[in-house]
Amino acid sequence: MSETTSKPTAPQRMSLGRRETIAGYLFLLPNLLGFVIFTALAVVASAAISLTSWDLLSDPEFIGLQNYIDLLTHDPLFRTVLWNTFYFTVVSVPASTVIALGLALMFNTGLRAIPLFRTMYFLPVITATVVVALVWRWFFNPDFGILNYALFRLGIDSPPNWLSTRTWAMPSVIILSVWKQVGYNMVIFLAGLQAIPTTLYEAASIDGAGRWQRFRNITLPLLTPTTFFVLIISIIGSLQVFDAVLVLTGGGPANATRTIVFHIWEEAFVFLEMGYAAAVAWMLFIMVFLVTALQWKLQKRWVHYEA
Amino acid sequence: MIENEGRIVSQQPPLQTSNRVWPVAGRILTYLIVSLGALIMIVPFLWMASTAFRGGSAFQYPPTWIPDPFSLDNFREVWTIVPFGRYLFNSLFVAVCIMIGEVLTSSLAAYAFARLRFPGRDAMFLMYLATLMIPGQVTIIPNFILMRYLGWINTYEGLIIPTAFTAFGTFLLRQYFLSIPRELEEAARVDGASYFQVWSRIIMPLASPAIATLAVFSFMGAWNSFLWPFIMVSTSEMRTLTVALRSFQTDYGTEWGLMMAGSLIAMLPMVVIFLAAQRYFVRGIATTGFGGR
Repeated sequence: MSETTSKPTAPQRMSLGRRETIAGYLFLLPNLLGFVIFTALAVVASAAISLTSWDLLSDPEFIGLQNYIDLLTHDPLFRTVLWNTFYFTVVSVPASTVIALGLALMFNTGLRAIPLFRTMYFLPVITATVVVALVWRWFFNPDFGILNYALFRLGIDSPPNWLSTRTWAMPSVIILSVWKQVGYNMVIFLAGLQAIPTTLYEAASIDGAGRWQRFRNITLPLLTPTTFFVLIISIIGSLQVFDAVLVLTGGGPANATRTIVFHIWEEAFVFLEMGYAAAVAWMLFIMVFLVTALQWKLQKRWVHYEA
Repeated sequence: MIENEGRIVSQQPPLQTSNRVWPVAGRILTYLIVSLGALIMIVPFLWMASTAFRGGSAFQYPPTWIPDPFSLDNFREVWTIVPFGRYLFNSLFVAVCIMIGEVLTSSLAAYAFARLRFPGRDAMFLMYLATLMIPGQVTIIPNFILMRYLGWINTYEGLIIPTAFTAFGTFLLRQYFLSIPRELEEAARVDGASYFQVWSRIIMPLASPAIATLAVFSFMGAWNSFLWPFIMVSTSEMRTLTVALRSFQTDYGTEWGLMMAGSLIAMLPMVVIFLAAQRYFVRGIATTGFGGR
């Protein structure tokens, strides 16, 4: 390197180890700066903010754990938010997982025209949620939307008023989210299916195993790692649903689709309740942590890894 | 192109037994179900296009699929009543900057984590891993307050810089770099190449598939991202496309022709990128679960 040739009179050359250390820190520096400021310090700051009452206009007021106590003891709205998020997750995750698995199994039988089909299943995945939610809002339109017209023509006299009734608003958000997520999960399942050695199936066939038995005893067990992976990322994603809710229903009607991230956004950036919103965000963090920990524990018992 | 693309999903021979065992009826049923599913996937988009290209009012009863009269008025109008060209530029500029930022910072850091020895390396790497689980909503409030303090609300800095770092990307590239044999670098080092030269001339070219995957997903993430730009932007001219569409919904909530035209324009660049770089999408998702939701 240049410093060794241009400065021959330098008292001592840096040792190799020292240069490697300096290089290591320099390479890491740009990323580490961003990581420390926008993630590590931000997490600490967020915890600190959650202990305050702060509207950004006046100085933050330290109130200890009061935000958390309020959330857990007397905040009916937060209970609604938790229930809605739970409802969304408990329906959308199994639905998108099972449908994706079914599709992947069908794709894996060697369909022709796979690239064309895959592109179609992928359109919702690559399109912004805001865009697809806007499109579905129009699609769901009770008076001029094509969906209710089609349902009407199919003989359903009064198709649901999707987005403006308490009964159908959350199912609408779920339909949109499952529709958007299926293609993504399917690709993960396909990769999992293709990793199963075909020799296993051949051996089982020779032993006289039928189609169902092969599925039950080979495919399903060997697919459990993939299934757990899909479940984990789907649940964590579902706990964070926001864009779809905002555009499709705006959290309504009457808070029927107010989910946890919607709640965080509105409390923080509409009502400027920074402390309260940060506390809700920490509750979300705890939920994500618990889900991940629980799944790791269950995984040990349920998942079969290839021998 | 079609045959070429099929490689990824069908690279391994499908279960040969099933072709023989399955009766023809089963295969027909499979095709029917898969086709029906594909139809469900694209029907909302067809409805979007049908409305976007329709002249006159979007409100027609009974609704029809074929836009009649066919017209480009919605596209012309959406371009004039809001600065749509500016929004397109904002989205493109922000997404490209975030993509470059993420690829550069995480590939440099990944090289340090994968190859260089220095005190504190493993502890720092563990810290990176530990934060992967933290939902973005936890950090969004302090980051917003920081941006406000710095005066970066309604600026490109504010839109780009806080999101131009990725712990996940760093982790992925580190794993990929570890799989590259060391011999090449060692030879280069003996020949006097600096660490930076090793990174730029040896590691980066060899890791191009992983780099391309990261680039494609960080572009998609930035192009489609909503919450951060939504809270960072309050002036019309700084909106990205997703924020602009949301504002459009608030301001012109019943102008469905215009909204669908805007939506179509907003999704097209991603479709083009997907068709061009399909294998990186599929590989990224299949191997790492990249780009969750």
